[in-house]
Amino acid sequence: MKKAGIIMIVGALLLLGLFKFPLWNIMLGAPQYPEPLGMNIYIHGIEGVEEFDLQNIDGLNHYIGMKTIPKAEDMWEFSVFPIVIVFMVVLGTVIGLLGYFQKLNYKYFLGWFLLMSVLGILGIYDFNNWLIDYGSNLDPNAIIKVTNPDGSPMSYKPPLIGYQKLLNFDVDSWPHLGGYLMFIGMTLTLVAFWAGRKASLKPTTQ
Amino acid sequence: MKTIITPILAIVAVLSTLTSCNNSNNSGALSNNNAEKVYVAPGDHDSHYAFISGGFSGNLTVYGLPSGRLFKEIPVFSQFPTNGYGYSEETKPMFETSYGFVPWDDSHHPDISQTNGKLDGRWIFINGNNTPRIARISLTTFETEEIIEVPNSAGNHSSSFITENTEYVVAGTRFSVPVPQKDIPIKTYKGNFKGALSFISVDPEHGHMDIKFQILMPGFNYDLSHPGRGKSHGWFFFTTYNTEEANTLLEVNASQNDKDFIAAINWKKIEEYVKKGGGTMMPANYAHNVYDEHKHTATSTMKKEVRVVNPSEVPGAVYFIPTPKSPHGCDVDPSGEYIVGNGKLSANLTVHSFTKMLDAIENKKFAGEAYGIPILNFEDVLAGSVEQPGLGPLHTEFDGQGNAYTTFFISSEVVKWKLGTWEVIDRKPTYYSVGHLTIPGGNSAEPFGKYMFAMNKITKDRYLPTGPEMEHSAQLYDISGEKMELLLDFPTHGEPHYAAAIPAEIIKNNSRKIYRLDENQHEKKTLSGSDVKIVRDGKNVHIYMTMIRSHFAPDNIEGIKVGDKVFFHITNLEQDFDVPHGFAIIGANNAELLIAPGQTRTLTWEPKQVGVWPFYCTDFCSALHQEMQGYVRVSPTNSNIELSWSLGED
Repeated sequence: MKKAGIIMIVGALLLLGLFKFPLWNIMLGAPQYPEPLGMNIYIHGIEGVEEFDLQNIDGLNHYIGMKTIPKAEDMWEFSVFPIVIVFMVVLGTVIGLLGYFQKLNYKYFLGWFLLMSVLGILGIYDFNNWLIDYGSNLDPNAIIKVTNPDGSPMSYKPPLIGYQKLLNFDVDSWPHLGGYLMFIGMTLTLVAFWAGRKASLKPTTQ
Repeated sequence: MKTIITPILAIVAVLSTLTSCNNSNNSGALSNNNAEKVYVAPGDHDSHYAFISGGFSGNLTVYGLPSGRLFKEIPVFSQFPTNGYGYSEETKPMFETSYGFVPWDDSHHPDISQTNGKLDGRWIFINGNNTPRIARISLTTFETEEIIEVPNSAGNHSSSFITENTEYVVAGTRFSVPVPQKDIPIKTYKGNFKGALSFISVDPEHGHMDIKFQILMPGFNYDLSHPGRGKSHGWFFFTTYNTEEANTLLEVNASQNDKDFIAAINWKKIEEYVKKGGGTMMPANYAHNVYDEHKHTATSTMKKEVRVVNPSEVPGAVYFIPTPKSPHGCDVDPSGEYIVGNGKLSANLTVHSFTKMLDAIENKKFAGEAYGIPILNFEDVLAGSVEQPGLGPLHTEFDGQGNAYTTFFISSEVVKWKLGTWEVIDRKPTYYSVGHLTIPGGNSAEPFGKYMFAMNKITKDRYLPTGPEMEHSAQLYDISGEKMELLLDFPTHGEPHYAAAIPAEIIKNNSRKIYRLDENQHEKKTLSGSDVKIVRDGKNVHIYMTMIRSHFAPDNIEGIKVGDKVFFHITNLEQDFDVPHGFAIIGANNAELLIAPGQTRTLTWEPKQVGVWPFYCTDFCSALHQEMQGYVRVSPTNSNIELSWSLGED
């Protein structure tokens, strides 16, 4: 159980990477932007990949009537997400410590993982809702209006994950370093669960 | 089946013979792939920048090598309506001189700054020949940052060459003149006229220029110059003609002496003398114009004195080396040992030895003196000569492999010869009447000897004709092999008098993409649409305006009157690479403006007619560029309509 406890703690601590590195990254390339414009999405706000990218994305989006990219204070998510992550890191560390000292069943590791997964899915759901709103809730006075073949207004929602062509832009949306650290951390908590289970099963199999 | 197979085999056999034939003797179509050698595919970058002087255009043009594509014209000494340089209030001070506003010049010799004799790509200097001036251009912004006028000088031709750590840029006068200027008979030329050779120091940090001293030389014509380098660092060499000191019909009277001089100047010795207070301060009047990158504004200051040095007062600092015959180019090889004096009327090419010169000086072997300056013996200093290489030698550059390349104006060719053995290795025609040639870094201790280009005065029959006047042309040669190979002709704007070229890597990553708005210190800047305002000050109206894709703020202005002087102070709020905006207004008597991202520019407009007059963006900036416009209502002089402005209100 000692090893499992350590793995659990390491896994939980890897979530701290989200405070330093972006969770997600969206890049917008176009023929006239050979160096693509990009935004890094952190749990506490959105920043341009290059210094003036956000200003330039907003400038372009204004033609199609998109809202400007929200500042940290414009969205409750950017104040709540850091609290949730801190909570999960503390919780995971405490569970890991208790596991290390054999005070607690390895199944709590799985419990943490499931809770984190539920929160993660809620987060992705929320993120997707924001993307839908950002990409389709357009200014009715927008200068450029493009419709789908069926006549409905075109949505400029960036892909939740992966690549998509949006008018002249090639849009790539992928997790970034903070996101990968989180996924590795979550995987480690599963490993901790498996290791804890193996350790606790040992006496009975011998 | 057999009947088919046999001919196929035969064809294969023939093809393989042909192929092996081509491979073996390395000639024919496969080796002559000159188109490929200059082809830079769409989206790819050239390997070198070439900065070619515009001659009578007064500017500097930027080309790519090997493609010969024109990238930019940098306005330096001439007003440039394309972007309003010399018309906008910020840039007008760049043209101030002691003769007033001089909005044109004849720019000749660009030279890139050096550190330890190697091109460092920080600045490029160029001379204004007509109204003696030296300009410094930043190679991060590609804008002219400074222009200093040179007093006591006329025909600033033996310029703007720089020493190996950019300590000095020189400005040598081609025409000798009375110093100080005065009203005297031209016939009294001899002995009364002086040739000023100016040493302008360059601040190592900011590049700011200052005339440290002028050497008042005898009244010859100082044609071209080059700094010593390596072992001869600390010396500067100037070719002279008209050592006869004639003042009329010079084509005959200045060509009488069998030998003229190369003036060898130990500038370090003069620098020491000056540091100890040597020389005298002479009253003068010359402009020093400095452009501030953060204020986006130039200021002009008149300087009132200059330090002059009489060479006879500094023994051991100046010598004359006899050189046949009316030498033009004066070129120092990368090692600093050889000084090539191209006697343009001489059959042979003369090369002097720096080591022999020092020996002769040490042993005091002088042939005489002129105006107190010792003259060395021709034979004592001669390193060797290239025998009858062509007609009318002008300029020489070096490839760093021990070879020299000299242009011959009269026989229209470039001749490659070997330093030390003086043998001719190769010659290639140029089309036609070649002046200078350039090898990237060929004017430094470390040439990049892959390409050479020749700059020609006459273009006839090389391109489609364009009436009696055609652009001049340059020709690019591959010099990587033993023999030179002509790769490309390309037209150049103005007179491609001389050029400096440099590998692209040294410059391109430092090139500025935008001006930061948060560093904009222009006195009349407007940093956001909400700061827009209009202020009347008597007849002067100051409009503080912004521009961003795709609108001006404000776009409707009322309360201007006939007789007002309207100053549009416009800030481009973009922070995106390559998105300048233009500003033009009907009836402007000066120019339009092109304003770079983050920059502020001021255009003056004096409305003369009552009406509602449009202004608009001239640089196609976005899908809504055509909509980027506004109106100014101009009322009669006695109207009492209040100033007002708006944007987005119905």
